[in-house]
Amino acid sequence: MWHGFPLRPDQISTIAQGVDHLYYFLTAVDLFFTAGIFLTIFYFAIRYRRRSEDEQPPRIEGNLALEITWSVVPALLCGVMFVWGSSLYIRNSRPPEAATEIFVIGKQWMWHLQHPEGPREINELHVPVGRPIKLTMTSEDVIHDFFVPAFRVKKDVVPGRYSTIWFQATKTGRYRFFCAQYCGTFHSHMTGWVEVMTPEEYEHWLSGGVKTESMAAAGAALYQQFGCVTCHGTGKGPPFTNLYGNPVKLDNGQTVVADDAYLRESILDPSAKIVAGYSPIMPTFRGQISEEQILQIIAYIKSLSTAEGKK
Amino acid sequence: MATAALEPQVEFRTHYLNHAYGIKSWLLTTDHKRIALLYLASVTFFFFVGGAAAVLMRLNLLEPTGSLLEPATYNKLFSMHGIVMIFFFLAPAVPAVLGNFLIPLMIGARDVAFPRLNLLSWYIFMLGGAILMYAVIAGGVDTGWTFYTPLSTSYATGNVVAAAMGVFVSGFSSILTGLNFIVTIHKMRAPGLTWFRLPLFIWSMYATSCIFILAMPVIAITMVLLALERLFHVGIFDPSLGGDPILFQHLFWFFGHPEVYVLILPSMGVISELVPCFSKKRIFGYSFVAFSSVAIAAISFLVWGHHMFVSGQSVYAGLVFSALSFAVAIPSAIKVFNWTATMYKGSVSYSAPMLYAIGFIGLFTMGGLTGLFLASLATDVHLHDTYFVIAHFHYIMVGGAVMGYLGGIHFWWPKMTGRLYPDGWARFAAGVIFVGFNLTFFPQYVLGYLGMPRRYPVYPPEFQVLNVMSTAGASILGIGYLIPLVYLIWSMRYGPPAGQNPWGAKGLEWEKALSPPPPENFEETPVVTEEAYNYG
Repeated sequence: MWHGFPLRPDQISTIAQGVDHLYYFLTAVDLFFTAGIFLTIFYFAIRYRRRSEDEQPPRIEGNLALEITWSVVPALLCGVMFVWGSSLYIRNSRPPEAATEIFVIGKQWMWHLQHPEGPREINELHVPVGRPIKLTMTSEDVIHDFFVPAFRVKKDVVPGRYSTIWFQATKTGRYRFFCAQYCGTFHSHMTGWVEVMTPEEYEHWLSGGVKTESMAAAGAALYQQFGCVTCHGTGKGPPFTNLYGNPVKLDNGQTVVADDAYLRESILDPSAKIVAGYSPIMPTFRGQISEEQILQIIAYIKSLSTAEGKK
Repeated sequence: MATAALEPQVEFRTHYLNHAYGIKSWLLTTDHKRIALLYLASVTFFFFVGGAAAVLMRLNLLEPTGSLLEPATYNKLFSMHGIVMIFFFLAPAVPAVLGNFLIPLMIGARDVAFPRLNLLSWYIFMLGGAILMYAVIAGGVDTGWTFYTPLSTSYATGNVVAAAMGVFVSGFSSILTGLNFIVTIHKMRAPGLTWFRLPLFIWSMYATSCIFILAMPVIAITMVLLALERLFHVGIFDPSLGGDPILFQHLFWFFGHPEVYVLILPSMGVISELVPCFSKKRIFGYSFVAFSSVAIAAISFLVWGHHMFVSGQSVYAGLVFSALSFAVAIPSAIKVFNWTATMYKGSVSYSAPMLYAIGFIGLFTMGGLTGLFLASLATDVHLHDTYFVIAHFHYIMVGGAVMGYLGGIHFWWPKMTGRLYPDGWARFAAGVIFVGFNLTFFPQYVLGYLGMPRRYPVYPPEFQVLNVMSTAGASILGIGYLIPLVYLIWSMRYGPPAGQNPWGAKGLEWEKALSPPPPENFEETPVVTEEAYNYG
């Protein structure tokens, strides 16, 4: 029961230390004011205890200077906390450009993780140390939440949209992750391990085990299987080549960037945004395609764009 | 404290408790004092129902494997614990019990503005409670008190609609009570009782009532939308029906955050009465304490987004809500400083109500300050939905609101019943509650920082030590709550007569009304010629 009794969670990501420093500052401020209030009350309680029933304390109405002091000082401290917390939050919410993307799908009650190179995992996430990793996450059913205490990262995994977090692990080892958003009966079983490996071990792990096709290759197969090719490969629908990450002109005159969320919406709700020059004839694939398959098709479309870009 | 000098009080006199007998005289009463006692019995029942659920949860958490309860059972228990404690104990506790009893007495009125509406509020409350108890007995509900979608609308298997309707119905009780109080405070003050002569309890009840009538309709609407989606698959929140699950969170917390101030503001009002009385001094900075209640009520409507920092809300929305959440800390801090300053150069005595008041100040301070960790964006990301949050809001809700409620009950008990309870036992119970409370909830701050998520019947073994400490504390806390139940009931029959004003307190309810008060409260309408807390 006393096995490993920690007072601080492991600090394993590049942002963990920054978050902890703010945490210590907040703790120090809290201790200062808690001790101040407690000691003052204890002092007053003893110093001014009632000595006789008919004693008459002086009449004190208040003190404006004191009121202003104890309003302004906490306000200034709150200002410091706000700026500190916010600047870390903004920094921590922007994944670096070079981040390796891994996909996370939550469903009652397991985590499904997929690497672009193909390997899939359940309730385990293998990542290389020292490299920024971006997780793109969605849910098949209810809201889940991907929480890695050692990395100080947490984000709700919401059905119907993609959410992202990123981290860069600083030390190899095994660290817990949890589902932090209550998601039904076996919520507390929806946990797993992040396995942080050296880059060499990670490469070995990626290529080892059962040979799996990459997400893009799986997407290419789905492109045939779902019949996407009959329109998008013949000019009846907008082509996929060089689509990902580029602006798309819509029939209402607006322009959107073809990102994950746009592509997902176009698969599930094709009439929401119509590309200029095409007619709204595509049927919805809602209910026929899983979140995982959507991610694979997006990976395929993405691969077509990267190839073009490199030429 | 019963002395020979008080003996004449015992002689027979008609008061609100003995002017009529029989069950009908209670169930059809329109006397605000009797309605307050109806609420007292009801919320006490709900408190022990919710508490029993908490005890079972804490017992389950003794072992990391959670061997006592099935996960499904555990989920139903924490859902019921939350729904019962928030909607059926904390929300009505101080307003409907102490507020009902005291507002007319404190402002020199015969009753509230709408006595029959007041009785209707209690019936609506009990109807809501009955619906909720049906939901529990018929199999329970497992959504948590937050009813997050699409879990609640499309996936949960429990009696979600029945529980939501219980909340929906009871909300109208709060709306009517709030309306009644606002009109009463505006229109029925005794001659000479200007706004700035009002006891601060009245200011806090006024602020609370405003929140009731503005926030409760939102939860009512939200519960109806939830039922529509669950029963008829109208796509509002579930993305597979074309809805938006985050919309639910906006609606729920737009109600939910003002609601948590509804739970604490009334107890703050109680503390503002207790500290001056037991220090024999005016409240320090009357207008600052009064307006801080109004400020808290106003800002409380603008901070809901701090429940959604990790929900996918935009970074900019996060910044705005973080700043506003820090802003609400300032009026709370002002109150704590003024209460403390009130003791300065006072004549401080330590009867049981004052011990509860001091306990409140200490625990509320810790609860409030740890709220800063959650208002700050970067730390909230780590602490959100962990036990840190549980510890934080229990310091506010239990350490704050319940301590204040118990302090108030002990303070006005002689007025309500005409009897004194054994002060030694009461002080002992206050100490047991304080120790048990801290042992229960302080370890949860550490658990949360270490990363233990809330709503986990099964947890990693490295968290066991702290969980065992918490459960040990909970058993002490449970005993602490049972002691007052025993001696307060005992005192109703055997307690020595209290006399009109056993604490030597200021205020119309002490100076002008007998204990227990006559049905019409005052023999003649009192005229107020001095400020509140005119202790010397």
